[in-house]
Parts: sequence; C-alpha cells; structure tokens
Amino acid sequence: MNTNLLWLIPTLPFAGFLINGTLGRKLPRGIVAAVALLFTAVPALIVADLWIYMKSAGAPLALSVRSCPWIAVSGFHVDFAFAVDHLTLIMLGVVTGVGFLIHVYSAGYMAHEEGYWRFFAYLNLFMFFMLVLVLSASFLLLFVGWEGVGLASYLLIGFYFTKDSAANAGKKAFIVNRIGDFGFLLAMFLIVAHFGSLDFHTVFANASTIPAPITAICLLLVLGATGKSAQIPLYVWLPDAMEGPTPVSALIHAATMVTAGIYMVARCHVLFDMSPTALAVVACIGAATAFFAATIGMVQHDIKRVLAYSTVSQLGYMFMACGVGAYSAGIFHLMTHAFFKALLFLAAGSVIHALSGEQDMRKMGGLRKRIPITFWTMTAGVFAIAGLPPLSGFFSKDEILLQTFSHGGSLYIFLWLVGLITAGLTSFYMFRLWFKTFFGPEHFDEHTHSLSAHGATVHSSKSSTLTLEAEPDNGHASHSQGVHESPLVMTVPLMVLALLATIGGIVGVPSAFGGHNEFEHFLEPVFASGNLPVHEAGSSMLAISLAIVSVLVALLGLYVAWLLYYRKPGLSRKLATSSGAAKGLYALLDHKYWVDEIYGRGIVAPLLASSRVLLNGLIDTGVVQGSVSLIAGTTGAVSSLTRRMQSGNIRSYAGWLALGAAAVIAVALFGHYPLH
Amino acid sequence: MVPTAYYLVLGAVLFCIGIASFLIRRSVITIFMSIELMLNAVNLTFVAFAHMWGQVSGQIFVFFVMVVAAAEAAVGLAIIIALFRVRQTLNVDQVNLLKN
Repeated sequence: MNTNLLWLIPTLPFAGFLINGTLGRKLPRGIVAAVALLFTAVPALIVADLWIYMKSAGAPLALSVRSCPWIAVSGFHVDFAFAVDHLTLIMLGVVTGVGFLIHVYSAGYMAHEEGYWRFFAYLNLFMFFMLVLVLSASFLLLFVGWEGVGLASYLLIGFYFTKDSAANAGKKAFIVNRIGDFGFLLAMFLIVAHFGSLDFHTVFANASTIPAPITAICLLLVLGATGKSAQIPLYVWLPDAMEGPTPVSALIHAATMVTAGIYMVARCHVLFDMSPTALAVVACIGAATAFFAATIGMVQHDIKRVLAYSTVSQLGYMFMACGVGAYSAGIFHLMTHAFFKALLFLAAGSVIHALSGEQDMRKMGGLRKRIPITFWTMTAGVFAIAGLPPLSGFFSKDEILLQTFSHGGSLYIFLWLVGLITAGLTSFYMFRLWFKTFFGPEHFDEHTHSLSAHGATVHSSKSSTLTLEAEPDNGHASHSQGVHESPLVMTVPLMVLALLATIGGIVGVPSAFGGHNEFEHFLEPVFASGNLPVHEAGSSMLAISLAIVSVLVALLGLYVAWLLYYRKPGLSRKLATSSGAAKGLYALLDHKYWVDEIYGRGIVAPLLASSRVLLNGLIDTGVVQGSVSLIAGTTGAVSSLTRRMQSGNIRSYAGWLALGAAAVIAVALFGHYPLH
Repeated sequence: MVPTAYYLVLGAVLFCIGIASFLIRRSVITIFMSIELMLNAVNLTFVAFAHMWGQVSGQIFVFFVMVVAAAEAAVGLAIIIALFRVRQTLNVDQVNLLKN
C-alpha cells in the first residue's frame, strides 16, 4: 500500500461532485448514479487497503502526507497536510463505508426525483468535506472541512428548495452552525496566539509546556462541537433537518456531519485531559442532551423526527463518554451508532417510500407483513439502539455507562443515572416507533397510495412542484401494488447495515463478557499519548451488574411501549388527554420544552427587532442611504443651477467670463492670496 | 507732464466701454469692434507702464497685440461673412449653434 494514495480519498468524491455538478444535468440518471457511486466506492476501497496496511506494517502511529505548504506568513506556518492514525482510520472507515451504502440506497430512493444529478453532486461534496475534516493534520484544514460539511448540509437539507419549510430548515442548520463555528474560530485564535501553530502535532506536543488558557480553548471548542453535533444549546437545527430527503438524514445523522463534533473533541483529547472543568462541562452537556432529547423523542409523531431526536440523544452519550475521558468508548458508540442509525433512517425511508411519502406514524401500522425486508432490518436497528444484547448498541452504550459510573465522584454517579434513565427512554421511544409502524391495525389509506396517486406524491408529498414523471408504468411494476417493498438497490444496503448493526459490537466486547475489547486497544496508541493514563474501568463484577441493570431498564422500556401501543392502543391517547400531571407533561414534551419558541422570543425576535430598527432604520436608511442621497442630491442641485449657465448665448458666456475675471481681481485685491 | 494714473483710468474706462458694448450689442460687427476697443485699452496701459518704468518691453507687447488684432480682424471678418451666408443674420442671439 502506497500511502501516497491518501490524497485520492477526498479528491475522488470531489471529482464526482465536479462531474455531476457540471455535466450531470445532461447525463442520463444511470450514469449520474454510476459516477457518484464509483467516486465513493474507490475511496472506501483505498481505506480498506490502508486498514490492511496499518495492520500488517506494525501499525505506524501517524502517516503524514505533507502535500504542500499552504499559508506561510512570517513566523506562522500551516501546511496543507493530511495525517492518518488509528482514530482517523476508524472515522474513514465509517464515513466511506456507511457513506457508500447510503449512496447506493439513494440511487433507488431518489429515482423519481427531479434534480437527481444535483442530489448526487451534493452528496459527493458532503463526502469530500467530511473526508477532509477527518484527514486533516491541522486545526485549519479541519475547519475547512468543518465549514464545508456545513455548506453541504445546507444544500442537502434545502434540497426541495421550492418548499418553504425545507429552505427554512436549511437556513436554520446553517445559521445555528455558524454560532458554533464562531466558538471554534475563537478557539483557533487562542491556539495561534499561544502556540503559534495550528498543526495538531505541534500544539499537542507543546500543550503541557506552554502556559495557555487551556480551559477557555476547550470550552470554545466545545461550543463549536455543540453546533456541529447538535448538543444543548445548539441542537435545534437537527430535527428540522428532516426536511431533506431521507438518505440525507441518514448521511448527516449517521456517518458525517454530526459525528464531527465528537471526532474533534476526541482528536483534541490532549487539551481536554488538561482541563477537568472542560471535561465536566462536556459530560454534563452530553448527559443533559441525551436525556432531554430522549424525552422529546417519546411523543413525536413524525417517524423521522423520532429518529432525529434519537440522534441528538445518542450524540449526548458520545459527549458524555468524552467528558469522562473515555474517548475510545465515545468513538465506539459513534461507530455502532453510524451502523444502526443509518440503518434506521434508511429503513424509515423505505417505509416512507412504501407509503408514498407518508411520514406520520399515526397513519401507519400493520406494515410488518407488507414490507418484510424493511421490517426485519429495521427490527435489528431498533433492538441495537435500545441496547439489547448482543447487538452492537448494547456494548457501546454499556461501555459509556460503565466508564461514567466508575469515573468516581457523585457527579458522575448522577450522570450515570441520567444515562441509565435515558437508556430506558430510548428503548421506549424506539419500540413505540416499532409498534406503531409495523404492528396493530393499518391506519393508512390504501387508496391514496395506489397507482394513480403515486406519481404525484412520491417522497415530497407536500410539494407538487417537485414531483415529476407521472408515468406510473415507467418500468415500475411494483408501484402499481400500492404499499410495496422497496427495490433491491434500497434493501441491500439495509441488509448490510442490519448485519453491521447486529454484529458490529463484537469488536468492542469488554473482558467482562469474555472479549478483549479490541476496539479500545486499537485506539490506545492515539489516546494513550495524552497526559492522563487511559482510564481503567472498574472490575468485571461491576461491569456485569451494571450491564444487567441497563438491560432490565431497556426491557422495561420495551414493556411500557408494548403495553401502550400494542396491548392497549388507546391508553397513550387517554394519558395525553387526561387531566393532571400527565397532560401537562405531555404538552411540555409535545412542544419540545418550547425551546424553539424561547429561542424565537428570546433571541431571534429581539435580534430581528433591533436589526429592523437600529440597523435597517437608523444605520442603513439614515446613515448609509442618507449620506449617499445627500451627495447625489447636492450634486444634482448644483448641476441644475450651473446648467443654466450654458445657454448657448455667446454674450452670456462673455458675461460669465467677465464676472470670473472680476472675481479673480477682487480676490487678488481683497483676499488673502495676492497675485504678486 | 500727465501722470500715469490718467492713462490707466482712461484705459480702464475704454475697457469697460468695450465690455459693456460686448455684452449689450447684438450685432456681430459691433461686438467685434468692442473687442478691438478692449485690446486698445490694454495697449494704452501697456504703453503707459512702459513709459513710466522707462522700459521698452511694454511697447513691444503692444506690437504683438496689434499684430494679433490685425490677424484676428482678417480671420474674424471671414468668419462673419461665412456665418452670414449660413444664417442670413448677424444677430448673435440667433446663431447659438454651440448649444446642445
């Protein structure tokens, strides 16, 4: 393996973006999809090759590919450099692997959409920026990728740009992320000011010797991470991001953008290890986000929104892991989460596809027999995220809970408890989704999903302007059956992901369960280089008893969901509409704690008002426009006066001449400027 | 001996008469004549100053001015004739060709 191929990994998706972005409009759909798939498959293969190479060649710690000097101003120097270590390798594997599967799925899911080429161009662009982010060897290049995925997410979330809600969701994601990026930028400025470099290696090597405001830097980095990874207080963009096509949600939620924050915190673990305050903040943010997002997820009706809040919640777990210094546990959960969340989203997309764009779970039900492949693959995802053994989510989540519990201190015991409750809530809302979608009576209207309506309602039911090809028998015989299973191109990625979600946890089975926790050992070279020794988790007795507790909690969640949504379907509605505490609680959750409203009233409205009055009214209209029209008006007035001088009358010209001469003489005689 | 100031005052008076008739009269010929009057008023002051300072340069300037005036008379009269042929008038208010 030649590591010089490294630069190809991000470059190829970019080439795909260029080809599809420039020529795609004229190319047939098959070629567009083939280009997009090829330019993501090859990087995935290169990553696989790299993986084998790193394993066989005694695993060198970091391969740096210094392509070229980038910025060199006196005393300050940044290279355009890529670096690979074990952490990068895992991220590369997740991004290219899961990303590729999502590309395959998209080829089927988007088959009837307008702007097919545009979609794949954006998708490749997303991959490109994410790979730059992961591969970068400096904060600056990381920031380039960081901003780039922000841009790509804006384009993809607002893909149905004629739909107001989609355009607004794109803007929301973009703007909220800019707030976080502001923190990231400030952190970079602080780093440059104190370390004189943005290179990871230089900064981390000197972190312990150079006195710098580490806590401030870390907290600003965390602010950036909360934006990108949708944590409190900047999580509000993620649920709205559901306006994009479903594969986009899968890509954003599972493999790319939102994992960037976790990756960044893990990457900067040397700095975080030096600041217990920052770590505690990270842990608290993570636990709070995990809990609150899970509670909101319990009452959502939109199938994709449940998954969105679930993502926010799971990312909270990862933050919690980072906050207790268990970075490898966080990355482990990131990886398994990429498997099962991508699976869940794509399966949800398959359900939506089957129902021709229906996303409301109240209009589903009884789909188990109708779309069996989707049902079984999704079941694997649901059980994995609910944390039931031996699926992947069980091992990764338990590792985090164990690390939190054994971190020591009452704060962390409390955080563990929050995490445990969240695990129960997770189990509840996921099984609620499962029962509501696949079991019980059918609530959907077969007729509206039949042949005639299909062409006009595919995927973007709310927007008739975006649909196309109202040709039902255009090679899609399956569509004539109303509710239908998705084509192979969509179900195969589902099956692969279901397999990964089921067995993906094997790599991280801790010794307490007879494994070797290979995942943690694999990442040891990266995280052991920090100032703290890798945290030794408690005894295996503790691990086993904690695992039993969390499995019981997950089963409890399953039981409650079964009771409410399968055994006694009307009960949940009764609870929600009954008087008393339950009703208030339901309203609170249903309105998502009114956070959007609080932000709207507290931040957006005052900002808008002050912009309108102060910036628009006073500064813009008054000062800027005023001064401009003052200059224009004065010039106009003067010219309209002087214009009369040009009468064409020779004697009046002579008169002006004489007047001027007289004026010159007068100035010479009486003024301060004598002529001599 | 007549003081220099007298000549200067006479020059100024002649010059103002020239300017006034230039501004007031409409006939191109009269305007032309008033220009000549102004030139001669200036000539008079030149000669007066030359005499006062006992220098010859003022006198020489007068010759230059008279040469230019003669040339101007030749060219100017030609222009006036050409103008009359085109416009059939010598009233300057009706020949504002330069406007617009």
